[in-house]
Amino acid sequence: MEVDPVAEPILKVEGIHSFIGKHHILQGVSFEVHPGKVTVLLGRNGAGKSTTLRTIIGLLSPSQGTILLKNRAIHHMKPYQISRLGIGFVPEDRGIYNLLTVEENFRVAMLQEERKTREMLKTIFDIFPDLKKFWKAKAGNLSGGQKQMLAIARPLVNRNELLLIDEPSKGLAPIVIDHLIDSINKLKEFTVIILVEQNFYMASSLGDDFYLFDDGKTVHQGQMEELVRNEELKKKYLGISGTN
Amino acid sequence: MSSPWKRWLPTLIVLAIFLSPLLLINPKTYITITISGLAMGMLLFLVSSGFSLIFGFLSVLNLAHGALFAWGAYIGFTSFTLINQWTGWGGSNSIFLNIIIFLLALIVAGLLVALLGIITERLVIRPVYGSHLFQIFITVGAMIVMEELIRIVWGPNDEVMPVPINFMGSWDFFDVVVSRYPLIAIIIGLVLYLVILTILRKTKIGTIVRAGVENPEMVQVMGHNIYRYFTGVFAAGSALAAIGGGMWATFVKSIHPAMGGEVIVFALIVAIIGGLGSMTGSVVGALMVGLSYNYVAYLVPKAALGITMLLLVIILSIRPTGLFPEGT
Repeated sequence: MEVDPVAEPILKVEGIHSFIGKHHILQGVSFEVHPGKVTVLLGRNGAGKSTTLRTIIGLLSPSQGTILLKNRAIHHMKPYQISRLGIGFVPEDRGIYNLLTVEENFRVAMLQEERKTREMLKTIFDIFPDLKKFWKAKAGNLSGGQKQMLAIARPLVNRNELLLIDEPSKGLAPIVIDHLIDSINKLKEFTVIILVEQNFYMASSLGDDFYLFDDGKTVHQGQMEELVRNEELKKKYLGISGTN
Repeated sequence: MSSPWKRWLPTLIVLAIFLSPLLLINPKTYITITISGLAMGMLLFLVSSGFSLIFGFLSVLNLAHGALFAWGAYIGFTSFTLINQWTGWGGSNSIFLNIIIFLLALIVAGLLVALLGIITERLVIRPVYGSHLFQIFITVGAMIVMEELIRIVWGPNDEVMPVPINFMGSWDFFDVVVSRYPLIAIIIGLVLYLVILTILRKTKIGTIVRAGVENPEMVQVMGHNIYRYFTGVFAAGSALAAIGGGMWATFVKSIHPAMGGEVIVFALIVAIIGGLGSMTGSVVGALMVGLSYNYVAYLVPKAALGITMLLLVIILSIRPTGLFPEGT
């Protein structure tokens, strides 16, 4: 099972080891992310998927291994430097500023307020019309789905090339998840996505490539259609059968 | 507790503190004491706002804040004395020149203590980010060192704080005696509050600082160097402490090396009452403490400090996160 070997990867993670306190969480994670694709990181709870995203964005420093963004090493950089290179991050808890308005949330995210940013904002409003509707409202007053849309849309305002999204379906109703899938599908045009997702329905709806995590290591990789058909892998590493 | 009741609670408490003494004090004396209480409140706001902002944004319990306040008072004292020696504006009959020399002394104090704040943040605070216990130890240590430095530079004795000539005495409005300096202190405090609020609400830096109070990790992830903001906020908080120190010294007309330790207790109470990280909370909390302290000091002098503690206990038992837990 191989991902597309032709295109040059936008992100290359090689043999990453990461600790949280004394706990050795990532024990040799390696994967590649290719342009135009949604790469899904899958695995049971505690397999190291979220830790991988936090290591890529620089919130955790890897003790070993390399992370290359378009062949440039970023694993020694600080989160703000990595972000400025074009990586956006949507954490599991969404990380929105509840006490700020939707507009202010975007204002914090905007690294430069110029014409291209304003154009991108229009595109964001086309994809997430609720954000325009509640532009002046406090983010804390939005519904769960709207908060998730804000969290995903916010980093895009800088036209980030790569977006790391951690469990976007968490706590959302099935109908909202469907709406979110549609929206994220539209985002594929603007950015490359790494998605960590427990909800296999969402993961399989959005994913092009997948990597399976187990005990802090990447143990399988391939194209999503293959995983959808492979009941043995799903049962062994995700504890599921079928598509849900 | 129902939601409307919660929303109106701060207003109701302020109104109760503000109006209930009218039952016991004659109206003319009440106005005089109220102005004195408002002035004390505004001065406490200047000290506690910096403390609160630093705690809210950096999550640092800076017990050296009182020493920065004392440094502000001493630098204000020296700069006022020096400028007055050159210009004589402090003794001029022109209130305009009096205000200019007073503001110049405050600006010098604010700038130099902001610099001291930057050094403190870089050398003392930065190694202990994230550990409140170590912050308490190290900032108490820093407070002791800064206080001793004051004794080395200015000597251990009390000094008389020079006051511009037109700031002394009182004005008589319809037979109500209004002390001049408290009124000036209220105006300066209000202007500074509005400036801080405008910066926090209307500028991008202010928006990032408010975002940082809520979630500093995400501020970094959005491409902002959080440590630069940490240093900036610490410097701004230190400058506010210094301005508060200079104005407080003019209010009580004296300075001494340990003056910061006395005021930090009030600053802590005000910041907790208002809600850590909230500017409006700081101003409301400071006015509540300033007014209640002055009313009780007039009626039952020995209970004056006790009333602020009682206020703290009441507020915390009703709202454990302070009156304005939701920022700005």
